[in-house]
Amino acid sequence: MEDVLNALILMTNFVLVPGMAYGAQLALGALGITLIFSILRFANFAHGDLMAFGTMITILLTWWLQGAGFSIAPLPTALLALPFGIIAAVTFSLVIDRSIYRFYRQQGAAPVVFVMVSLGVMFTLNAIVRFVVGTEDRRFIDGERFIISAGEFKSITGLAEGLAFRQSQALTVITAIILVVALFWFLQKTRTGKAMRAYSDNEDLALLSGINPERIVMITWIIAASLATIAGVLYGLDKSFKPFTYFQLLLPMFAAAIVGGIGQPVGAIAGGFLIAFSEVTVTYAYKRFLGHLLPESLAPGNLVQLLSTDYKFAVSFVILVLVLLVRPTGIFRGRVL
Amino acid sequence: MSKTNVAALDIPYPTMIKTCHPIFLFVIMGALIAVVGFYQSWSIALAILQLCLISSIMALGVNIQWGYAGLFNAGIMGFAALGGLAAVLVSVPPVKEAWAAGGVNIVLAAVSGLATIGAVLFVRARIERPFRILAITPIIIIGFLVVRWFFDPAVEAIEGYNAAHYGFLGGAGLPIMFSWILGGAFAAGAAWLVGKTVLRLRSDYLAIATLGISEIVIAVLKNEDWLARGVKNVTGLPRPVPYEVNLQKVQWFLDLTANLGADAVSASSIFVKICYIFLFLLVLAALMWLANTALASPWGRMMRAIRDNRDAAEAMGKDVTSRHLQVFILGSVVVGIAGAMLTTLEGQFTPGSYQPLRFTFLIWVMVIVGGSGNNWGAVLGGFIIWFIWIEAEPVSLWLMGFATSSLDTDSPIRNHLIESAPHFRLFLMGAILLLVLRFRPRGLIPEE
Repeated sequence: MEDVLNALILMTNFVLVPGMAYGAQLALGALGITLIFSILRFANFAHGDLMAFGTMITILLTWWLQGAGFSIAPLPTALLALPFGIIAAVTFSLVIDRSIYRFYRQQGAAPVVFVMVSLGVMFTLNAIVRFVVGTEDRRFIDGERFIISAGEFKSITGLAEGLAFRQSQALTVITAIILVVALFWFLQKTRTGKAMRAYSDNEDLALLSGINPERIVMITWIIAASLATIAGVLYGLDKSFKPFTYFQLLLPMFAAAIVGGIGQPVGAIAGGFLIAFSEVTVTYAYKRFLGHLLPESLAPGNLVQLLSTDYKFAVSFVILVLVLLVRPTGIFRGRVL
Repeated sequence: MSKTNVAALDIPYPTMIKTCHPIFLFVIMGALIAVVGFYQSWSIALAILQLCLISSIMALGVNIQWGYAGLFNAGIMGFAALGGLAAVLVSVPPVKEAWAAGGVNIVLAAVSGLATIGAVLFVRARIERPFRILAITPIIIIGFLVVRWFFDPAVEAIEGYNAAHYGFLGGAGLPIMFSWILGGAFAAGAAWLVGKTVLRLRSDYLAIATLGISEIVIAVLKNEDWLARGVKNVTGLPRPVPYEVNLQKVQWFLDLTANLGADAVSASSIFVKICYIFLFLLVLAALMWLANTALASPWGRMMRAIRDNRDAAEAMGKDVTSRHLQVFILGSVVVGIAGAMLTTLEGQFTPGSYQPLRFTFLIWVMVIVGGSGNNWGAVLGGFIIWFIWIEAEPVSLWLMGFATSSLDTDSPIRNHLIESAPHFRLFLMGAILLLVLRFRPRGLIPEE
């Protein structure tokens, strides 16, 4: 019995908890991508860098607050700086939309032109972020690190395996739940949310019924940029901040949005968790897990790892390609690509 | 409703900007490189020119896909890296001991992998839908286990052999120039696989899918050490041109430099660079001739017809899917050749250096700036953008030095600004791309 418990705790510690946190971060990013896709109708390649930009502003403010002696311990100071990061990212997005994207909207340009434009924005944002904070790894977490650490857990339960639950992971999951509930309430119940859904469904009909497209677009950017910044800060608290990593996060986020069904907010969340858990489970070494469950004579000699950890990013893309082949609309029947 | 791809780039733009004659633009480009030669050094100018040529071949490949057919391939990095892999596999002498240690198992792993794929395809074609998954799943699981059974000990054996120097199977030990052909062939194979699976996607999703696939290619190259040493890199690849040290011992070369009154050491380095440039120019000229001939032929007209109105072309009986696959493969071959040339020039294969900004998106900027749909435009774009990419660094350093000259030498602001100056070129690329898309969406040399 204790072996089974140990095995379960081990899986929770190394697969379930990290997967939940990473999945929630991906889901928040993918929600932004899917919203931009359903309202502005293009794949935003600058989303990872937008995330980096909002996070960067938050980090700079966090450092300043830490230097000035502000603290909301046991919570990380970054939460205090987060609203300003969001404001910066939203402002940036709106300025870019007004000065760049709107021109192409008025021209009625094809989606691919928007993608090209977002490549330009991506380069620019990338440069700004690297220019301001450089390319190194940055850590900005403070406050209490663990809600429960592995050692504490072992001494409380007397089990051989420990279960660590970091504060950043708890914060991520709680924030994600609150945001998702709020977003769905907004999309389903409020007038503006309904207008957004109508616009996404059928642009012409929405225009005919008097919906102001520029307002819809503005709100979309506000939501997408806020979600991106929050996801970025949570990811940075959980792991660390590095501009290149954030640029790379674009790939699993895209995968999550497409796997879930493009234009479907529920799909983006499901996709985020699916991608996160497949990355973690496929690259996890099951040696110790099986060691607990199997009798000693059968215990595996090697790591029992399906793929080495270096293939983490590749996993999300294999899933993406498989979904595109088998069910191009994604799990939740989004748009046909 | 079907919006066509490139026709949409045809945004009306201010007609005040008149089109300059292409030859004039190329002359300006040559003059810019000459300026670098006079003010910095000829060695730098020629190094820039070498990479300008390779970049323009890559841009040409992308233009074949995008300009001819409107396919948005964001996986250029992957095809270039496959070309680089070809350079290693062709030129490095085989590591006999590694083959002896794990060669048999690697071959068996490959055979069982192919057999698994064959079995899956066989079953797929013969069993109806609801039971198909039940039959295929065990085949895949068993196949995976069998492959790993042979593969894992093989990898351990190969990577275990003198890991500091070898730890891989090596190549064929042939002259490296052959890799330019093999690189194209690798890229063609990969493009066929990729095209078969993802070409039917809408343009921006094709971009995401290809971007992801190129990341997978890089992940494999980085981690499969037995193949090309992964991130431990393969250095010292043989050259297709003479080595400087050897040149400095040859009598006719010493006589030549003596007659020109030049220093033999720097002259030999310039001579080697010119040899490379000559080779690259040959390849570029041949590819340009092929590409332009194809574009002007009935085939080229058909491709443009498909691009501009897919539905109409389909109604006329053109097989759009297989034409797209064809043009996707052709473009990728050109990128693969350029990738092999790049690795040849660098003399080393470093999978860690393949980054999407430099190898995918920069090439895209070249094509858009140069003029999509026009091969000369793509080539010009390759030259201009590579030139700016390289020269942005000294220029921005100089600007930063000038702007901060009033500050103290150890002021943190000054140091930070000077340290960050290299990132300025990313900003410049973004700005150039946005400006061109806004004010000159058809590029510097528009399609005729």
